[in-house]
Amino acid sequence: MDIQIEDRLPFKLVRLSGDVDLHSSPRAREAILNALKLKMPLLVELSAVSYMDSSGVASLVEGYQTARKQGLEFGLVAVAQSAMNVLKLARLDKVFPIYDSLDEII
Amino acid sequence: MQIPELAIDVSHLVTHYGSRKILDDISFQARQGEIMVIMGGSGSGKSTLLRHLLGLHQPTSGSIRLLGKDITQLNADQMYDLRKNMGVAFQGGALFNSMTVGENVELPLREHARLDENTMRIMSRMKLEVVNLAGFENLMPAELSGGMIKRAALARAIVMDPRLLFFDEPSAGLDPVVSAELDELILILRDAMNMTIVVVTHELESAFKIADRITVLDQGRILMSDTVTAVRASDNPRIQSLLNRTPRNEAINPDEYMERLTREIF
Ligand SMILES: Nc1ncnc2c1ncn2[C@@H]1O[C@H](COP(=O)(O)OP(=O)(O)O)[C@@H](O)[C@H]1O
Ligand SMILES: [Mg+2]
Repeated sequence: MDIQIEDRLPFKLVRLSGDVDLHSSPRAREAILNALKLKMPLLVELSAVSYMDSSGVASLVEGYQTARKQGLEFGLVAVAQSAMNVLKLARLDKVFPIYDSLDEII
Repeated sequence: MQIPELAIDVSHLVTHYGSRKILDDISFQARQGEIMVIMGGSGSGKSTLLRHLLGLHQPTSGSIRLLGKDITQLNADQMYDLRKNMGVAFQGGALFNSMTVGENVELPLREHARLDENTMRIMSRMKLEVVNLAGFENLMPAELSGGMIKRAALARAIVMDPRLLFFDEPSAGLDPVVSAELDELILILRDAMNMTIVVVTHELESAFKIADRITVLDQGRILMSDTVTAVRASDNPRIQSLLNRTPRNEAINPDEYMERLTREIF
């Protein structure tokens, strides 16, 4: 799994790619929570994610709740199919703000 | 992640308890995303077969390939890795009574991964949501009904998003409404996650509702391993007796039939 962090004002953008699984998701979690410490609205871009399991989704949940507590906007962009499957199973697709592409929000 | 098309490939499996042969030349396959139901009378070898699929017993001969790996040839480390992809819900639920429901569901995560406490808690609660036990994480197993225990056991079995899910007698001891809910859940899991699911059951209605393929065991041998349609249509008398119905095309012998109806009357 790779992580890239960019500025796309007014957002911080965290791009994840590759497999977000039990092994790698702790790094994704840390990147998301650290980015939120900057008190900027956050987008997590997932178009290059080949696989995401529940541990990855749990990290998104924790990030989203952290953002909400601070009144910061948070969204998922280009959610890959395997991640969408896990989100849908727990009905989280109805909870997260989800955008098809960056153009849709920036 | 590379997924072989055959998620389960059992070939010429033979096993003994002591000198007694329990499973005899068992071969069957399941593709990724298929629901395979194993049926058969009491003592036919269903649980023994399941224990072999889980790698809990070494067979006398034959191979058991799960996700492309022959588990009869794996060492302990390789088996440990493969188990991350396998979820199991045992017949009685097998929850630990001294732990809360949430702790029970988190258990496989603690065994197999190094995750933050928050991540584990969210993961277990997500799966409790899936099995309609949202908010029950702090209860003890003793406070749950039979159906809730099975659902909690299912949540624990799927907490790591396994590719393979094994379910022993999901409907045993449950009322029809609760067991229908479990069938529904099994179908949802397959559809959402493309899991390959092996269900041991003797509930015919449930088998027909959830199965893509049914394997029928009889005294340790495979009587039939085929699609639901083919099993339904089978004219094998032992399958028929399992299905508990008379084949429609069976010729009726009027003398025998009348004798059956009027025995001890005339
Ligand atoms: N641990 C064991 N030791 C000896 N025989 C066993 C053991 N477990 C099961 N058996 C025997 O193996 C046969 C198959 O049992 P089992 O797999 O439990 O059948 P099922 O689950 O279909 O009822 C039965 O004849 C049973 O008595
Ligand atoms: Mg049994």
